[in-house]
Amino acid sequence: MSKTNTRLLLGAAILAVIFVLGVVMPLFAPEDPRIWNTQPRNLKPSVDHLLGTTNLGQDTFWLLAWSTRNSLIIGFLVAIAATVIGVLAGMTAGFVGGVVDRVLTLLMDVFIVVPSLPILILLASMLQGKASIYLISGILIIFNWPWPARQSRSMALSMREREFVNTAWFSGEQGWKIITREIFPFITAWAFANLINTVLVAIGAESSLAVIGLSSLQESTLGTMIYWALQHQALLGRRWWWIGAPVVTIVVMFIGLFLFSTGLSERSAERRGR
Amino acid sequence: MRFAVFLLSRLLTYVIVVWIGMTAVFLVPRLMPTDPVSAMLGRVMSQGAFMEPAQVEAIRASLTASFGLEGTLWEQYIGFMKRVFITFDFGPSLAMFPTPVSELIGRALPWSLGLLLASTLIAWVLGNTIGLLAGYHRLKAYSKFLEGFAVLVYPIPYYILALIMIILFGYVWGILPTNFSMSPMLKPWTLDYIWAAIYNSILPALSIVVVNFGWWFLSMKALSSTLAEEEYVDFAKLKGVGEGRIMSRYVAQNAILPQITMLALVLGGVFNGALITEILFSYPGVGSLIYSAVLQADYNLLMGTISLSILAVSTATFVVDLIYPFIDPRIRYR
Repeated sequence: MSKTNTRLLLGAAILAVIFVLGVVMPLFAPEDPRIWNTQPRNLKPSVDHLLGTTNLGQDTFWLLAWSTRNSLIIGFLVAIAATVIGVLAGMTAGFVGGVVDRVLTLLMDVFIVVPSLPILILLASMLQGKASIYLISGILIIFNWPWPARQSRSMALSMREREFVNTAWFSGEQGWKIITREIFPFITAWAFANLINTVLVAIGAESSLAVIGLSSLQESTLGTMIYWALQHQALLGRRWWWIGAPVVTIVVMFIGLFLFSTGLSERSAERRGR
Repeated sequence: MRFAVFLLSRLLTYVIVVWIGMTAVFLVPRLMPTDPVSAMLGRVMSQGAFMEPAQVEAIRASLTASFGLEGTLWEQYIGFMKRVFITFDFGPSLAMFPTPVSELIGRALPWSLGLLLASTLIAWVLGNTIGLLAGYHRLKAYSKFLEGFAVLVYPIPYYILALIMIILFGYVWGILPTNFSMSPMLKPWTLDYIWAAIYNSILPALSIVVVNFGWWFLSMKALSSTLAEEEYVDFAKLKGVGEGRIMSRYVAQNAILPQITMLALVLGGVFNGALITEILFSYPGVGSLIYSAVLQADYNLLMGTISLSILAVSTATFVVDLIYPFIDPRIRYR
C-alpha cells in the first residue's frame, strides 16, 4: 500500500462518518432541531441528549446533524456547478483558442485575484441575514469556477498536442465527439479531486460569513451554529458542547476532505504515469 | 521589448481586476430590492441616539451622495469611480458621525498591515526553512511527523483555528488575552506600548501563522524532496560539498521560486482569513472596522473599507507578480 492510498482511505473513512451524520441522521431527527425551547436548556451530554442541549433549548446533536446537512448541501452545490462551468469554460478556451481563449483567460485571472470576501460581506450586509442557502451558493459559484477553468484550459492545451487526439482528428471524428469520448475520461479523475477541494472551499467561505452572522440566519449551518453559540456566550458559560460540536465537526470534515482530495489527485497522477 | 509586453499584459489584468471589483461594489447596493438610503437611515435611527432633524438631513444627504444616487446611473458610476481612485473620500462615518471615514481607516490600517505582514512573513520563512530540512531528510522520523502535523493543520480555516485557540488559551488555560485591549493611557512607541501591542497580538498572529505554516511546509517539502533526488545534487555530494551548502545553494535556490509565485496567489486568501480573525479577537484593524460598519449600518465606512480591501489585495498581488521575473532569471516575460 502506498502513502497515497492511506490518505485516500483515511479521507474516505472520515467523510463516511460525516455523511452518516449529515445525510442519514437528519432523517431520524425527532423534531425540527432548529426550533427553540423544545428541550430543557443547557443540559450536559447524556443518553437522551448525546451532546447536551443549547442555551436556546435545542438538542445539540440533532442541531449538529441538521447543520452538517446544510453545510454539505452548500458545499456540493457550489462544487458541482463550479466544476462543470469551469471545465466547460476551460476546455472551450483551450480548444477554440484565439480571441475566445484570450477573453476567457482574462476573466479567469480576474476572478481568481478579485478578493471575494469583502464583496461577499457587502452583499450579505445588504441582504441582512435574509439570504437563503441557495442564494449564497449561487454567489459562491461565481467566485469558484475560475480555478478548475484555469486547470482544464492548460490540460486542454497539452492534450491538443497528444497523439491520440490527433489520430481521432485525422480519422474524421467530429469535434464534440473528440471532446466527450477522448478527452473527458482524461479529465474526470482530476475534476473529481478538484470538486472535493471546492466543497472544502465553499463550506469554508459560507462558514466564514456565518461565524460573523452574515449568512442565512433562518437556516442552520455549521457556521451559524458557531455564531449563535458565540452570541449566547457559550464560551463564558463554559458550554463546551455547544461551541465545540460544530468546531470539531468542521475540523474533522476539512481534514477528511483534504486527505480525500489530495489522495485522489495523487492517485490520478500516478495513473497518468507521472 | 519583451518586458514591455509582459508589463502591459499584467497591467491590463490588474486594471480589469480593480475595475470589476469596484463595479461589483458599485452595483451591489443598486441591485437590492429595497431603497438603501431609507433602510440605512432607519437602521441608524433605530440605534437609539436622538438626532437633530438637521443632522438627519445631513446624514441623508451624505448617504445619497455616498450611494452616489444623484443623477443618472452613468453619472453615479463616474462619481463613484472618481471617489475611489482620485479623492478617496467616502464622507463622514455615520456611526461616529463627524469623523471622516478616511481617518478611521488610516488609524486601523497600520494594525492590519502589521498583523498581516508579520504573520505572513513568519509563516513563510518558518514553513520554507523547516520544509526544506524535512524535504532533504525526507526519510527521517521528524520529517514524517511534521508532515502529519501540517496535513492536519493546513485544511483548517483561520477563524476555526482562532476559535480553538481562544477556547484553549483564553478559557481552558487562561494564559493569553482573547480580546484586544490596550490601555488608552499608553503613549505610542514607548516600550510598554510596544509590549502591550505584541502581547495582545500573539493569539491572532499565531492562528494565521500556524495554518500558513502548514501550507508553506507542505509545498516546500514536496519541492525540495524531488530536487534532492536530482543528479546534480548527487554529484555535489560525491564532490564533497557540505550538507549545509547543498541545501542552501543547490536545493533551496531552485525550490524557493515557485514559493514566491504562490505568495502572490495566496495573498487574497490570507487577507480574507485575517479579516475574520481580526473580528474574532476584536483586533483594531480593517477587519474589525468592516464588521462594526456592518453592525452599525455605517454605509460610508462599509464602502470605504470594502473598496480599500479590494484595492489593497489586488495591488499587492500585482506587485508580487511583477517582482517575480527579477528574482528568477529563467523566467521569460510572458
